[in-house]
Amino acid sequence: MVSSVGLVSVIVLLLIGFFLFKEAFYIFYKAGAMKVLFGTAWYPTYDPPSFGMLPLIMGTVVVTFLTAVMAIPLGIATAIYVAEIAHHRVKEFLKPLIEMLASFPSVVLGFFGMVVIAPILSNWLSPILAEKLPELLRSTNIPFISTTLADFCYNKLFIASGLNISTAALMLTVRAIPVISSIAEDALTAVPRTYREASYSLGANKWETILRVVIPASVSGLSVAVILGIGTIIGETMIVLMVAGGAAVIPYWIFDPARPMPAAIAAEMAEAPYQSLHYQALFGVGVLLLIFTFILSLISDFISRKYRAVRIGEKI
Amino acid sequence: MTGHHEVTREPFEMVRKKKINLKESFFLSLIRMLGSAGAIILFIILSFVLYNGVHILSWDFISKPPIEAMTKGGIFPVIVGTVLLTFICMIVVIPIGVTTAIFLSEYSKPGLLLKTVMMSMYTLAGVPSVVFGLFGLAVFVVAFNFGMSLFAGSLTLAIMVLPYIISTSEEALKAVPYSFKEASLACGATKWQTIRKVILPTAMPGILTGAILGTAKVSGETAPIMFTAAAFFTPGVPKSLFEPIMALPYHIYVLATAGTHIEETRPVQYGTALTLIVLVLGMNLLGIILRSRQRKKRAW
Repeated sequence: MVSSVGLVSVIVLLLIGFFLFKEAFYIFYKAGAMKVLFGTAWYPTYDPPSFGMLPLIMGTVVVTFLTAVMAIPLGIATAIYVAEIAHHRVKEFLKPLIEMLASFPSVVLGFFGMVVIAPILSNWLSPILAEKLPELLRSTNIPFISTTLADFCYNKLFIASGLNISTAALMLTVRAIPVISSIAEDALTAVPRTYREASYSLGANKWETILRVVIPASVSGLSVAVILGIGTIIGETMIVLMVAGGAAVIPYWIFDPARPMPAAIAAEMAEAPYQSLHYQALFGVGVLLLIFTFILSLISDFISRKYRAVRIGEKI
Repeated sequence: MTGHHEVTREPFEMVRKKKINLKESFFLSLIRMLGSAGAIILFIILSFVLYNGVHILSWDFISKPPIEAMTKGGIFPVIVGTVLLTFICMIVVIPIGVTTAIFLSEYSKPGLLLKTVMMSMYTLAGVPSVVFGLFGLAVFVVAFNFGMSLFAGSLTLAIMVLPYIISTSEEALKAVPYSFKEASLACGATKWQTIRKVILPTAMPGILTGAILGTAKVSGETAPIMFTAAAFFTPGVPKSLFEPIMALPYHIYVLATAGTHIEETRPVQYGTALTLIVLVLGMNLLGIILRSRQRKKRAW
């Protein structure tokens, strides 16, 4: 009896896969998998509708990339600070704080992005970057700076709406830091004390020890942290739903709006009639999300098995 | 533990103080700066919500239903919705999670089965919350015909938090020393008696702590309940399991993005956000404190 209950997580996972594929199968079958996956027009409510998911996929890819650029260094740095540098009293205070940040409701982060970060970007930062800065640069009369660079600032740093992929990436970074840092901290702590002692006894200082000994020794665990962090970013819904801007177009610049995959599902599901093509297309987006995160889980599981890096599972 | 840590650390500190390396101190302070960023951001967001929300919180706000298109009044049914949702979710998930954990820690043998179970748990833990929402919609709302309801939302959340409950329970069970089991078995108890009378009671505080932390996770989730349970407005508190409910996280989202009174309901939004944060972080803090006390108190 007990062993059959033990399989519950396997069964649940299979059921999730089965029901999502079942609901999504028809859209890929009828509209053509290639056309759906690489179509650039997501107009689900037009007549005739068009279900090209590329804008949504690219939205997720670009937002995830922007977030990763900020969140990975900050998350790893937090882990190094907590595990290696902080005094144990600071550590005892910081560790629970990071854990609390990990379960901070993402809807509040999205709300904060909407009411604080977005207005700051469009009302305060944009006039400085796109008006004051070009003026200042033009008045310098230095060849390249007063022409090309000033025009660039004028054209590209104008922020039409504060709800764009930069704001989303900023708030997603807050969401991803605790995930990355708590796993990375485990990996750093797992490095045996003797490694550090050997390094110190050879005359290395603390920074050299961290950089040359502790980080290389825990690199597999750190990569698990990064991969699971990216998984969290891809799947995070409320933040991108509230602050990414919502336009289903491929973003080309950091101040463009986007509609990443989770945001599309969350925003459109309520208005998609049951069993309509739109409903099935949204399940198709869900299937893609499931596949993305499944691949990431496989990779991180492979790494942590092969190198015995960290025990994942309770961390996310 | 910490005392020992201090003693072994001392010699390196002395070495470090001897020569001040510019490069070293630059990078260490850089790490310090970047490393405290998360804590600082949390502090900023917390104080912002506190500053804007604290004058809205009052007894009336948490005990009265909303009035005048939600621009005035309280959020009583919203709080009740979140509490019920979380409570039912936990009632469903704890028996299943703990049984699975017992299997994993007491009955499983290393092999393909255990590998598959662990792998599926990791994967399940990484599945995006909105995908759980889709699953809940397809299965509980439509296939089981529960409709958009409290029950469908609770079951969806239960599936989402299952891997977390399993792994915290498993950790609690594994922390029970082997000598306890040996003593019980030596007294002639069967394996099942040992689990029921010795291992489970000893692990229970740890399991409950995991459940409290799981509760904190679940009560802040929005995406899984969006299509399975949450409604923009319901008249009063739900009277059965099969009615839609209002929930704190969804209430914030929907007031801040939809409807015609976004600016007028801003105070309610801040108040709701503060209530949710107090609830989630309070549960979290409780769990963390309980856990660290258990670790300190552990005599074996």
